[in-house]
Amino acid sequence: MKVIKIDKTEWTKGLDALRGDYRLFGPVKEKEYCNFKELAKGESPELDMPNTRLSPKSLVFPQSEAMMAYSLAPGEDQNICKEVPKDYSPRAILGIRPCDAKAMVLVHMNFDNGDYQDPYWLNLYNASTFVGQACDKPCGTCFCTSAGSGPYNEQGLDVLLSDQGDHYLAKVLTEKGQKLMAAAGWKSEADGQALAGKKTAAETAITSQVSTDRLKSLDTMELHGADFWEDISFSCINCGTCTFVCPTCWCFDIQDEVYGKRGVRTRNWDSCMFPIFSVHTTGHNPRGTKLQRLRQRFMHKLKYFVDKYDQGIMCVGCGRCVQQCPVNIDIRKVCETMNSLDSEKFCAVQQGK
Amino acid sequence: MENPYLPYPVRIDDIIVESEDRNLKTFKFVFLNPEDEKKFAYRAGQFAELSIAGKGEIPIGIASSPVEKGFIKFTVNKAGVVTSHLHNMQVGDVMGVRGPLGNSYPWNMLEGKNVLIVGGGFAFTTLRSSIIYMLDPANRPKFGDISVVYGARNPGMLLYKDELVEWEKRDDIHMHITVDGTDDPDWKYNVGFVPPITEQKAPQGDENSFAIVCGPPIMIKFTQPVLEKLGYDHDHIILSLENRMKCGIGMCGRCGIGRELVCKDGPVFTLKQINQTPREY
Repeated sequence: MKVIKIDKTEWTKGLDALRGDYRLFGPVKEKEYCNFKELAKGESPELDMPNTRLSPKSLVFPQSEAMMAYSLAPGEDQNICKEVPKDYSPRAILGIRPCDAKAMVLVHMNFDNGDYQDPYWLNLYNASTFVGQACDKPCGTCFCTSAGSGPYNEQGLDVLLSDQGDHYLAKVLTEKGQKLMAAAGWKSEADGQALAGKKTAAETAITSQVSTDRLKSLDTMELHGADFWEDISFSCINCGTCTFVCPTCWCFDIQDEVYGKRGVRTRNWDSCMFPIFSVHTTGHNPRGTKLQRLRQRFMHKLKYFVDKYDQGIMCVGCGRCVQQCPVNIDIRKVCETMNSLDSEKFCAVQQGK
Repeated sequence: MENPYLPYPVRIDDIIVESEDRNLKTFKFVFLNPEDEKKFAYRAGQFAELSIAGKGEIPIGIASSPVEKGFIKFTVNKAGVVTSHLHNMQVGDVMGVRGPLGNSYPWNMLEGKNVLIVGGGFAFTTLRSSIIYMLDPANRPKFGDISVVYGARNPGMLLYKDELVEWEKRDDIHMHITVDGTDDPDWKYNVGFVPPITEQKAPQGDENSFAIVCGPPIMIKFTQPVLEKLGYDHDHIILSLENRMKCGIGMCGRCGIGRELVCKDGPVFTLKQINQTPREY
């Protein structure tokens, strides 16, 4: 695929040209952090900051979204759910990091599961062109290279931008990406040699790792019944921050909201950390304790998903949950503990315990 | 792209109070658009989301049978927000139904086999659907012996009483109706919990026999050793699970029992399959 050189002096001009065909979204500074927002006219994405505090999942999976609407007033349409108008015009997601783009690829498997297609997620996803920004300055909590992604990983991206000081090198990866480049008027082809060296340097800069090689072969019931869950969950306060900031957490709730005689059925992010997530009407709760709920989160990401899809773990190593967990529960440590379940036993046997 | 969250509009055509405590009612629905009935083609053992605008949705097993045309039926226990509202609705009211959802009883596997049905309480709904399906003249030759053990707390709590009486009279289905207790001196059927009645009355299991079990957790717990004793292997014991659900199509994440989702991979599993999950139901 082609590599295009974008001089930084041509950057904003290109963005303005894009605005004719796309709604633009990108990281915007909010207090000391960044988050993805729709870019106002003349606004450029903030590309010199660490990755956004929240993941960009809300761009295709809004935290709260109307699914359908209805009238409760007597009449022909009383109580009948109708689709609501949605804007699925083309959007360009600028400056998404490779880990977050990979997360979209994983979440895609949930919302297009072979039997059913979720129109809300898929329509927004398909309307989006993802212009990624390679990460040359990883955080200490980044472990993407051992979580199926990497600072120059191309999965889920249509274009990959690499910052070269006074210019960007844009690797065009898909037809969608090509279309966007044309719409922006960026067309001076370059050779991509500088990319390879930067890629290696960026990968080397990531020193944090997880081991996942044994997860698939380990027995589900043995992992589920392991005694380390007590220890890991001891400090958990079930606040749900980890699921809220996670780019691969997709669980949701469906709720009706009514005002007067009109109502909407909405979907809202939900979390396996909350007791109400799984409680039955009888009061029985299959995951009634925080240990069970914490275990569900890690087992889903690091075992059930691995077994179900054979596409690695349901984690891209963005490190957000590690940074933001108020009690310092670290998925890297949990992953190591799970992955080494057998060897612990093996050692115990070896030492004659 | 078809929207799997959009319910089909239906009208309540009939409401039958099933139990003497009035907590169980059967709702008969007809589709407002006749073409929706074709799209709703289902198998016995599947469920649907009953959808009430302004209240929400509730997953309920389909009590009508694929061989019954022109309507669908659900027997609903009054328990939470949606079911309580539904119990106060009337014939003629319009609401929604989304489905059919989930797998079903494994009808391909059950063809040519003896089928033992063990049911307790109001979990008899999809079992009723199955019995009607198997007894249909076109289908009856496809199955071997059919036996049914069905129990409720007392005679007033039994579902579908008229049909139970009809089935009792037939010679191509062996009915074993039981109640936990009764003060009715004229009670003609069994008295006792489902597990011991199963032990006394149910046929022996073998490789040509399957047991389908639906009921409260306590009944399932004590029926399992009885079925094992009778010779039913774990891959010949079929259960239908329940869990809290929202989407019903395998996406919202809450009904998982390990990697399996009760809504989409289930609700029907063999005991052998369930043994390999963390049983979070």
